[in-house]
Amino acid sequence: MKYWREPLDTGDIDVVRGKVHIIKDRCKGCGYCIEFCPREVLGFSKEFNKKGYHPPMVVKSSECLNCHYCELLCPEFAIYTVADDVETEASV
Amino acid sequence: MARAKRQTKAKSAPLEEIPKHPLEDLIRVERIPHIWCPGCGIGTVFSACLSAIKQTGIDYGKFSMVSGIGCSGRGAGYVRLDSFHTTHGRAIPFATGIKMADPSVNVIVFSGDGDLFAIGGNHFIHAARRNMDITVICINNFIYGMTGGQVAATTPHMAKSATTPYGNPDSPFNLPMLAIASGATYVARWTMIHSRDLTHAFVEAINHRGFSFIEVLSPCPINYARRNKIKTMDMVRQFQNNTIIKNHAAPSELDIDFQKGVVLGKFIDIDKPTPDEILVKMRDQRKNP
Amino acid sequence: MEPKVLTGEHFINGDIACAEGAIAAGCTFFGAYPITPATEVAERMAERLPDLGGTFIQMEDEIAAITSILGAAWTGAKTMTATSGPGFSLMMETVGLAVVTETPCVVVNVQRGGPSTGLPTMGAQADMMQARWGSHGDYEIIALSPSSPQEMFDLTIEAFNLSETYRVPVFIMSDEVVGHMSEKVVIPQASKIRTVSRPRPSGRKDRFKPYQPGPNGVPPMPAIGDGYNVHVTGLTHDEQGYPVMSVDTQKEMMARLLGKIRNNLHDIIRTQSYLLSDADIVIVSYGVSARTSYTAVDELRSMGIRAGLFRLITVWPFPEDQIRELAKRVKGFVTVEINMGQISREVQRCAGSAVPSYLAGHSGGTVITPDAVIQLIKEVF
Ligand SMILES: Cc1ncc(C[n+]2csc(CCOP(=O)(O)OP(=O)(O)O)c2C)c(N)n1
Ligand code: SF4
Ligand code: SF4
Ligand code: SF4
Ligand SMILES: [Mg+2]
Repeated sequence: MKYWREPLDTGDIDVVRGKVHIIKDRCKGCGYCIEFCPREVLGFSKEFNKKGYHPPMVVKSSECLNCHYCELLCPEFAIYTVADDVETEASV
Repeated sequence: MARAKRQTKAKSAPLEEIPKHPLEDLIRVERIPHIWCPGCGIGTVFSACLSAIKQTGIDYGKFSMVSGIGCSGRGAGYVRLDSFHTTHGRAIPFATGIKMADPSVNVIVFSGDGDLFAIGGNHFIHAARRNMDITVICINNFIYGMTGGQVAATTPHMAKSATTPYGNPDSPFNLPMLAIASGATYVARWTMIHSRDLTHAFVEAINHRGFSFIEVLSPCPINYARRNKIKTMDMVRQFQNNTIIKNHAAPSELDIDFQKGVVLGKFIDIDKPTPDEILVKMRDQRKNP
Repeated sequence: MEPKVLTGEHFINGDIACAEGAIAAGCTFFGAYPITPATEVAERMAERLPDLGGTFIQMEDEIAAITSILGAAWTGAKTMTATSGPGFSLMMETVGLAVVTETPCVVVNVQRGGPSTGLPTMGAQADMMQARWGSHGDYEIIALSPSSPQEMFDLTIEAFNLSETYRVPVFIMSDEVVGHMSEKVVIPQASKIRTVSRPRPSGRKDRFKPYQPGPNGVPPMPAIGDGYNVHVTGLTHDEQGYPVMSVDTQKEMMARLLGKIRNNLHDIIRTQSYLLSDADIVIVSYGVSARTSYTAVDELRSMGIRAGLFRLITVWPFPEDQIRELAKRVKGFVTVEINMGQISREVQRCAGSAVPSYLAGHSGGTVITPDAVIQLIKEVF
């Protein structure tokens, strides 16, 4: 079983940061991730994806706490977050 | 044709790394996008179910998912496990057959309110009565989604549906009460917006020995919310704001009334022998009387 | 504790012989719902299976009974259920699921008089067309019709073997008379009993296509937990098992589902001929009515009438070619069956208009007497 690595400073809420990944073409634009993010990290983007929906985009990247709530709520497996200090890939 | 096109495109652009969702290993990725409408809660509940499977740490080979028919019943088609999309209402007896023939399998029934409680209601109460060791997840969207929004056994009194255009004259089931009265040994209710509690409940239910039942309230934007002039986002906010978490609440408090506040939580979690265990004991006793 | 195969001579009824045949064939899961005159099959299985490591479960209705055996079949088990008319009707939707998902299972129908509750304790053979066409959509199944308790034993084994070979539900179309009749049943040594198990896949699990046919048109079947992660659906599906709502996929799937039976008729169809080589008049019969028919043929012969018997052991698929061949050289057909015209229609269809074809039928509740058959033949020929 794979877990994402727990950052060493878990519990120190000020330091934990998340990086949001969005698989734009999977999104159906329901807005749950945007509406229910506790830190208002996300907003609708102007662009359309292949299916003709507006996927979310990161509007306040520094605010993300890597709480995974957007990831849990997304009905489309279109968004997920990783702890910023482990993930080296650029945010999409 | 569409699929072939997509494949060629992916090949011609190898530099664009497609990021992997943490549940990718449990999804039949080649079947995504799924059929669920934008804003449908089934996908969220399904995602919570997969997270729970992952969190149990149990070998995926020891799981099987069974669905009936309906939008919710499409769940089995998207999970990368041995999975069965059966007939309308019959997921539970199919699951019972699997469990009793091979008790090492963790069987999850993922289906809708119409499937499990109208056409399949008899199977539900009997599997609960037997304490059959399966996990039953019911997406309660208050309606028959797949067939276009006809009244269900869960549709609120006086709500509109395609077959109750002037309001539903009947009253809905109180599902946790029905489950408890029938003999279920783990019963919980959450909504799709409570996805953390929901995932936790699924993990508990999978680990629970005996019949476990989780009702999950979920929006059907197309065939319930719209017809009743409720905005989907408002409905989901209602799930968040007009609900009360009260573990071990009395079954009679569990009617669904958003004005009063809908009670969520775990209502029962007890130990009782399961039919597969009893069968093994019986066989042993006959061998060594 | 009794062994799996009760080798030896027994004096038992057809229902018990059927249960023993199932056990000898390797059945380890029985889903039940009581109904006269099939209940004894369930009761025997309930008594026997636990000691053999098997599972007996009485479900809440016949829909659940048949559905449970499909679920169990996907764990690799050989599975069976037994019922009579009213329960058979309830099972029909799931028969279609078994056909389209290619789930092996055996369904016993100990027929009683109908329609509806009808004559619970009295025999008939009036569910023969329901066995063929009772579920919705086009499909092929296999149905065998035993004429004696011995055949209840033998053909139940055969039913499992065919079901495992072709991944199709197989019906034992028995009746109250054969089910409740006690006769000598010889059970051979276990090593002398031929049993067949479904082909299981091998090879790369990630590339496996669960509905890619093997040499005889039948795909190998994995069990839950084998690691193939199959998806099984009642929707029209492609070789991967995934639903595809298209005319082409439907056509392809149907061609294979029908083809695996239609292209293997030589292996599936069993019939028996009695004094047919010089016969003018062919009696076609099956199940308990074949017993009547043997006597009728003997008596007709003693009267100088050249009658012969063509007995259907496999009723479905129907032995069309054999009837067509016979039609070329005989004067006519008489079908003997306890219904008001079911298999006789098939005989008529295959015999064509050149050769007359009659029914010696009965509305149910009793067997047809040889005299009734003889009288009809004397009248019409
Ligand atoms: C025997 C049978 N009767 C009716 C139907 C039509 N049908 C398909 S889905 C469905 C209702 C599904 O409702 P529910 O279980 O609540 O699922 P949802 O679509 O709301 O998720 C019905 C009546 C069917 N497929 N089979
Ligand atoms: S992980 Fe939490 S904070 Fe970060 S974007 Fe998602 S919901 Fe917002
Ligand atoms: S929750 Fe998922 S589908 Fe909905 S807007 Fe966000 S990314 Fe898109
Ligand atoms: S019809 Fe309703 S339940 Fe079905 S997918 Fe659409 S929103 Fe979901
Ligand atoms: Mg529903």
